[in-house]
Amino acid sequence: MSSRERILGRVRRALAAAPQDDMPFEQAFSRDYLREHGERGVEQTVDLLAENLADYRAIVHRCTAADLAATIAGMLAARGSKTVVVPTGLDPGWLAEAETEQVPDRAESTPQELDRVDSVVTACAVAIAETGTIVLDGGPDQGRRRITLVPDHHICVVRVPDQVVSSVPQALERLDPARPLTWISGPSATSDIELDRVEGVHGPRTLEVVLVDGQASTEVTT
Amino acid sequence: MSGTFVGMPVFPPPAHPAFPQAAHEAVNNPTLRGNLRHATHTIRAKRAKAVAEVSDWAELREAGKRIKDHTLLHLDRYLEQVEESVTAAGGIVHWAADADEANRIVAGLVKETGESEVVKVKSMATQEIGLNEALEAEGIRAYETDLAELIVQLGKDRPSHILVPAIHRNRGEIRDIFTREMSEWGRPAPEGLTDTPAELAEAARLHLREKFLRAKVGISGANFVVAETGTLVVVESEGNGRMCLTLPETLISVVGIEKIVPTWRDLEVFLQTLPRSSTAERMNPYTSTWTGTTDEDGPKTFHLVLLDNGRSDTLADEVGRQALRCIRCSACLNVCPVYERAGGHAYGSVYPGPIGAILSPQLRGTASEIDASLPYASSLCGACYEVCPVAIDIPEVLVHLRERVVQGGPVTREGNKVVLKPAKGHAAERAAMRAARWAFARPGALRTGQRLASRTRRFHPRTLPGPGGAWSDTRDLPPVPAEPFRDWWQRTQGQNGGNGDRGAAK
Ligand code: SF4
Repeated sequence: MSSRERILGRVRRALAAAPQDDMPFEQAFSRDYLREHGERGVEQTVDLLAENLADYRAIVHRCTAADLAATIAGMLAARGSKTVVVPTGLDPGWLAEAETEQVPDRAESTPQELDRVDSVVTACAVAIAETGTIVLDGGPDQGRRRITLVPDHHICVVRVPDQVVSSVPQALERLDPARPLTWISGPSATSDIELDRVEGVHGPRTLEVVLVDGQASTEVTT
Repeated sequence: MSGTFVGMPVFPPPAHPAFPQAAHEAVNNPTLRGNLRHATHTIRAKRAKAVAEVSDWAELREAGKRIKDHTLLHLDRYLEQVEESVTAAGGIVHWAADADEANRIVAGLVKETGESEVVKVKSMATQEIGLNEALEAEGIRAYETDLAELIVQLGKDRPSHILVPAIHRNRGEIRDIFTREMSEWGRPAPEGLTDTPAELAEAARLHLREKFLRAKVGISGANFVVAETGTLVVVESEGNGRMCLTLPETLISVVGIEKIVPTWRDLEVFLQTLPRSSTAERMNPYTSTWTGTTDEDGPKTFHLVLLDNGRSDTLADEVGRQALRCIRCSACLNVCPVYERAGGHAYGSVYPGPIGAILSPQLRGTASEIDASLPYASSLCGACYEVCPVAIDIPEVLVHLRERVVQGGPVTREGNKVVLKPAKGHAAERAAMRAARWAFARPGALRTGQRLASRTRRFHPRTLPGPGGAWSDTRDLPPVPAEPFRDWWQRTQGQNGGNGDRGAAK
């Protein structure tokens, strides 16, 4: 007997005496919990996102679409970044004013090569106000998972308000489980040394989030 | 609190002495006790605040309980669905009936790649089966990549008894360990390393990075597996999880069969309750989800090892099976007065605290002294139940397991029904009694009126008048045991002249 059969057999015997109900899962219980917490207008939701991002020590910037290129260029310059990884589908306009050398996200790059790059700029799939979370889904304007992991400085652009949801349930509705997702809430952290919180062990130690206003949904689709 | 795998701290494989003996080290070490107390109290207060932020906590908790119960009652169906969906997404599914089989499978898969080292993100399932030791025996070096684990590994040490596995090390010691040992294992510590936590974290970052960047094989567990989509979820803090999940070419995930949730949507419950219960955050820094393999992004090969190792036996127990709802958040540890004094090692398993006291004796059976004593390692104060995000009635299961130890009765072991002999008069009973005395007879464990009330309700009839009635919404009170625990306790205590500690020194 294979272990598969053995385990399934044990499970079935374990459940033999259990009451059998064939009610479909979604009817078996009601989801009484809230779809979101509190009532907020669009602007308040964006404000809450900014507040919660900052609370988990992301650096938050807000600008208009017209100022985005200058904002990003300023951030890269302030950081002193010489190189920046760029996902293939990122709007080229976003980096139009940056003098930093651009490194395309390529399958052939080795992790060691990525480790020598200073910064990465990406878009995101959705941002969650209640938890201060940005979610990446590997879309063309976000790139492979590793490019937002190995470089030490991540600039993530969130188009507000259309990419912002209030809550975790609303975010899951928008996300495609078939895509590899990375949920990011502030820079990585540890409290393993005398319970002191230290930002950044392995992920980017600096997370800067740009909330860009007034930009219509772009044509970038996945 | 431990940085990587959000949730429970991980402890080494079974320590053999029965419960109260193993607790002595923690009890007699004032620094350790102070640190443990500080850690549990800090996180306890933070958790309460994080939970209070969401007005529908009770509903989320109830939904979490129901989703898990439903899954467990149809586990055969969901296991088959997981196999189907993971396979369809490009993953390869393996089934492991026990620890040995799981270790054999993983070692074989690593060997197939031709590699002799792997990077690991801390996982309770792999600790439970002793995977690192098994790989070592096959000539494969497993690098734990969590910061606390690194401190422990470099210090040639064991994780301490507590919430943060390396809390028995202060910053000066960590600096010394890094300076002395890092060069032996790879990249040396930077020149002139000081003892500030940020510099120490930086040293760890550089040291481990070298290993991440060259790693070809990653090993993980998972917090959840979604049956309908075949998606795995890992919740963490430091980013070493992401490193292990995305940089290697081959990823092997070892996951207990109880980790399944039916639908993608179910994550909306657990991704709200787990971080708040665990690290008391609105959301942990990183959560990764993946479904099979993705072209040109992350591992090219993905193996899922489904692990039974006593879970189906636990499922056979109508009362005890609720322990399989556990999402390993560790909230029950942080509120437990017994855990606070005893420390994690005392529980003799990778699963410490209240959940360990009900899970280990079910996964492993109650034949050994440690496993027979665990159900007694509690004052039944009920605080664990109150904080549990999936409403596991730990006191109910403890009472049930106590009956089983004392009276014997039918249980399932490795899929077979067997009848346990009563422990009466045996070493197991004496071990249990000592644990009971330890947990029960000390003042600290019994304080606070509300908890005392929830404890005594265990020995009352099913209907509870007055304020206790509120409990009955989410629970069925257990019937009074044939030999109430207290009578049993008094009987055995009397037999031994009321001195369990003397009996312990054997
Ligand atoms: S038993 Fe409940 S509180 Fe304890 S670790 Fe499991 S889920 Fe968390």
